[in-house]
Amino acid sequence: MSQPPALLSVRDLRVHFKIASDSPWPWAVPRVLKAVDGVSFDVAPGETLGIVGESGCGKSTLARALLNLIPVTAGHIVWQGREMQGAPPSAWQDVRQNVQMIFQDPLASLNPRMTIGQIIAEPLRTHFPGMAAAGVMQKVRAMMQKVGLTEQQINRYPHEFSGGQCQRIGIARALILEPRLVICDEPVSALDVSIQAQIINLLMELQAQMGLALVFIAHDLAVVKHISQRVMVMYLGRAMELADKSTIYRDPRHPYTQALLSAIPQPDPRRERHKVLQLLQGDLPSPINPLSGCSFRSRCPKAEDVCAQQVPSLQALNAQTRVACFLA
Amino acid sequence: MLTPDKSKSLHAVLVQASGDLASGRSLWSDARRRFMRNKAAVVSACLLSMIALACVIGPWVLPHAFDAADWDAMSAPPSFKNAHFWGTDDAGRDLLVRCLVGGRVSLTVGLLATLASVSLGIVWGATAGFMGGRVDALMMRVVDMMYAIPYLLIAILLVTLLGRDFYLVVLTITVFSWMDMARVVRGQTLSLRSMEYVEAARAMGVSTPRIIFRHIVPNLLGVVVIYTTVTVPGVILTESVLSFLGLGIQEPMTSWGVLIQDGAKAMEATPWMLLFPAGLLSVTLYCFNFIGDGLRDALDPKER
Amino acid sequence: MALINVSKLSVQFETPDGLVTAVNDISFSLDRGQTLGIVGESGSGKSQTVLAMMGLLASNGSAAGQAQFDGQDLLAMPPQALNRIRGNRIAMIFQDPMTSLNPYLTIERQMTEVLELHKGLTRQQARLRSVQALDAVKIPEAARRLTMYPHEFSGGMRQRVMIAMALLCEPDVLIADEPTTALDVTVQAQIMALLRDLQRDHGTAIVMITHDLGVVAGLCDEVMVLYGGRVMEHGSAESIFYQPTHPYTIGLLGAVPRIEEGAHMLVAIPGAPPNMARLPPGCPFSERCTLADHRCADQRPALSTVPEYPGLLRACHRSPADTAFQAQGVGA
Repeated sequence: MSQPPALLSVRDLRVHFKIASDSPWPWAVPRVLKAVDGVSFDVAPGETLGIVGESGCGKSTLARALLNLIPVTAGHIVWQGREMQGAPPSAWQDVRQNVQMIFQDPLASLNPRMTIGQIIAEPLRTHFPGMAAAGVMQKVRAMMQKVGLTEQQINRYPHEFSGGQCQRIGIARALILEPRLVICDEPVSALDVSIQAQIINLLMELQAQMGLALVFIAHDLAVVKHISQRVMVMYLGRAMELADKSTIYRDPRHPYTQALLSAIPQPDPRRERHKVLQLLQGDLPSPINPLSGCSFRSRCPKAEDVCAQQVPSLQALNAQTRVACFLA
Repeated sequence: MLTPDKSKSLHAVLVQASGDLASGRSLWSDARRRFMRNKAAVVSACLLSMIALACVIGPWVLPHAFDAADWDAMSAPPSFKNAHFWGTDDAGRDLLVRCLVGGRVSLTVGLLATLASVSLGIVWGATAGFMGGRVDALMMRVVDMMYAIPYLLIAILLVTLLGRDFYLVVLTITVFSWMDMARVVRGQTLSLRSMEYVEAARAMGVSTPRIIFRHIVPNLLGVVVIYTTVTVPGVILTESVLSFLGLGIQEPMTSWGVLIQDGAKAMEATPWMLLFPAGLLSVTLYCFNFIGDGLRDALDPKER
Repeated sequence: MALINVSKLSVQFETPDGLVTAVNDISFSLDRGQTLGIVGESGSGKSQTVLAMMGLLASNGSAAGQAQFDGQDLLAMPPQALNRIRGNRIAMIFQDPMTSLNPYLTIERQMTEVLELHKGLTRQQARLRSVQALDAVKIPEAARRLTMYPHEFSGGMRQRVMIAMALLCEPDVLIADEPTTALDVTVQAQIMALLRDLQRDHGTAIVMITHDLGVVAGLCDEVMVLYGGRVMEHGSAESIFYQPTHPYTIGLLGAVPRIEEGAHMLVAIPGAPPNMARLPPGCPFSERCTLADHRCADQRPALSTVPEYPGLLRACHRSPADTAFQAQGVGA
């Protein structure tokens, strides 16, 4: 069976920010913050790619760069075969109909002065300005029902809803245009555990119904496990491992992935008391002065000389796993 | 070291969709409720309304005309007998009526100049704040230049060239009052620009003017309302100062500034001529300040 | 005698929406060297419970009941007496290490202040103790770091400093209010390992408040599950995690994403967190409980023991046999 063409192809994406240099002299060379430093992956139609990393790994920057909310410094973003680097704003406008985003803070992503009916209708009004008001309302109502909101709530304001409900509103807004890809930037991090499960299940259900592809960003490997087919682990702007769901949890190859997995506390006292923790020593290095070679080597329990000399790139170990490590 | 802010987060959980209301409880109605609880602000709002009403209706209701000289009562102290409740000035004109008529002028100039300067300030500030970069820098340098120009000298220049006229006064005051609002609006816009819902709108593909109009400006209005109530007293004072210096409106039309000027000259012999207009001006300014305080507390997002 | 004995603790707040009972009739006890985990989601009242004990409630809050520490009731104590205990015999660490430290004072000043106040040490002695404490929490180059300001530390380091400060006076009890929620998962693992080591070395009793069941599983002997300000289930870690008998506990365990092989579909608890201003007269969880029957919304189930599970307390009208059936799908 041949692979369907990828919906989204990202190659060697770099997002660098110039920040003020230490020295006050006007000729001083500005420092560069390498938020994303060479990330490549594909997303096939209908599949979910989980992207996991801790704070400072660049996953949120990556999400915004995919939608051109942040300018890309180098690399390629290919949407449905079309190169988006250097494309004019009108090309992006077409893409925005098909790629939508769900944000981390459910309440903050909704304009507090608009009713939720207006919020959910806004994408329709932006991309289909000619649509009649009645048609718009009908679609809004249908979408609200799909995400589990009741019609009576259409004139309420965001602050009257709980976090979980606000996230449902955000999902309704993202899906009303029936996009092909939805980028979810930590959509459940700010929610209670019981509500997280509701939202994840809702997303999976809607994905099956509407044939969506998802890029699901989280800081927790456990959270992405249920919803993703493949998982990418990021550290300091680079991809460390990209593998199938079953492989990455059963047999993680990169030391960082191994450390991440062992660090996740599970509600199982016997396991927790007896597990051998792979503690990482030290702190996250600064993304402003990245280390030479592998960015993880300062904390890696297995680091050797070669790690300081060259930057490991994401190499396929087998059909399911790609690892950026010389020692995997 | 510690702030027990846990009760605030508890309160956030408390605010939930209630009952079967078809329409929502918007932030404005929440703010209105909080404003009503502030006694000083409510009293000030009532008092201010009464003053404004008196200024409009009073001159029609009172027996004396504002420019009619009463030869029997020149520089007369306040008395009930001849219906000069606040006394008369040295030309025999009833002070109460003149204060109210002057109030019409001062309040009108205040409101018009405020409206104009607020509008200009919002447009300037929101555009500068949202565009950012060089456009922002340029627009703010213009604001800085305006601050540097001494307004009194320009006012004198304009009056000398174009004569004293009601609309000229409004224009002069506007030209020198819009900068505060522009700065404040720019600051707010800068912080609103990084709000997630603005980001969401950009991700959706909403056009820039629509983002400014639909997402930024409505969320600015809280700050704008507060600063407007602070601008009005400033404008009225500026008008008073200009009139006091003889650069404002012409005789026989009067304003609080003119009345205070006249009153100050005759302060020793006829103290009521200064006390009443000055008192009226002070009360009005106090009212605006209390209302401004009340609005600031009512619209403070942390109170949500 | 138990070190801490809380009896029928209730906390109420006067809000514009009326009188809200955030914590309702909570009782527990803690012995020396024991760890208790208080688990709950938003609105469960877990933070307010310990804030009430420590006398840190907001001005519109009031506490009722008893909170005995070593025989004395903390709630009835005058502020001076409470100040001698706080920071000295009962220490507390908070969730956000960014805001818990004074940005204008060096770490040294903040730490020596505690020692000078409670132990009457001189500056020199206090400084020495502080360096030792920082070493104990594994902060590298402790002597040099002592002179730095909070903003020069990372989040994980700041939380270690908080723990060091809390342990300076060798308290009998350490209360940790969501200490790792704001931290990355690898840093969280380091902090949890640190707390375990320190507890083992000093025998400090720990009260750990969190919404994360995994954190509790790693540290606590005893677990108390709260919902809507009331205790739903209270028992040993073994029984709560392997034999949960309350529908809420079962639901929570089912909702936690697992990383083991063949893990189940996430079980979502329907509904939304409780509106504390309007709780039902019966069980606060009844609105969301899939096993709720006609009694549940009107009659509040009392916290009672269960013969089959010694040492367990639960507040539920349905029997453990009924709820066990639900638990099977959860894979505890």
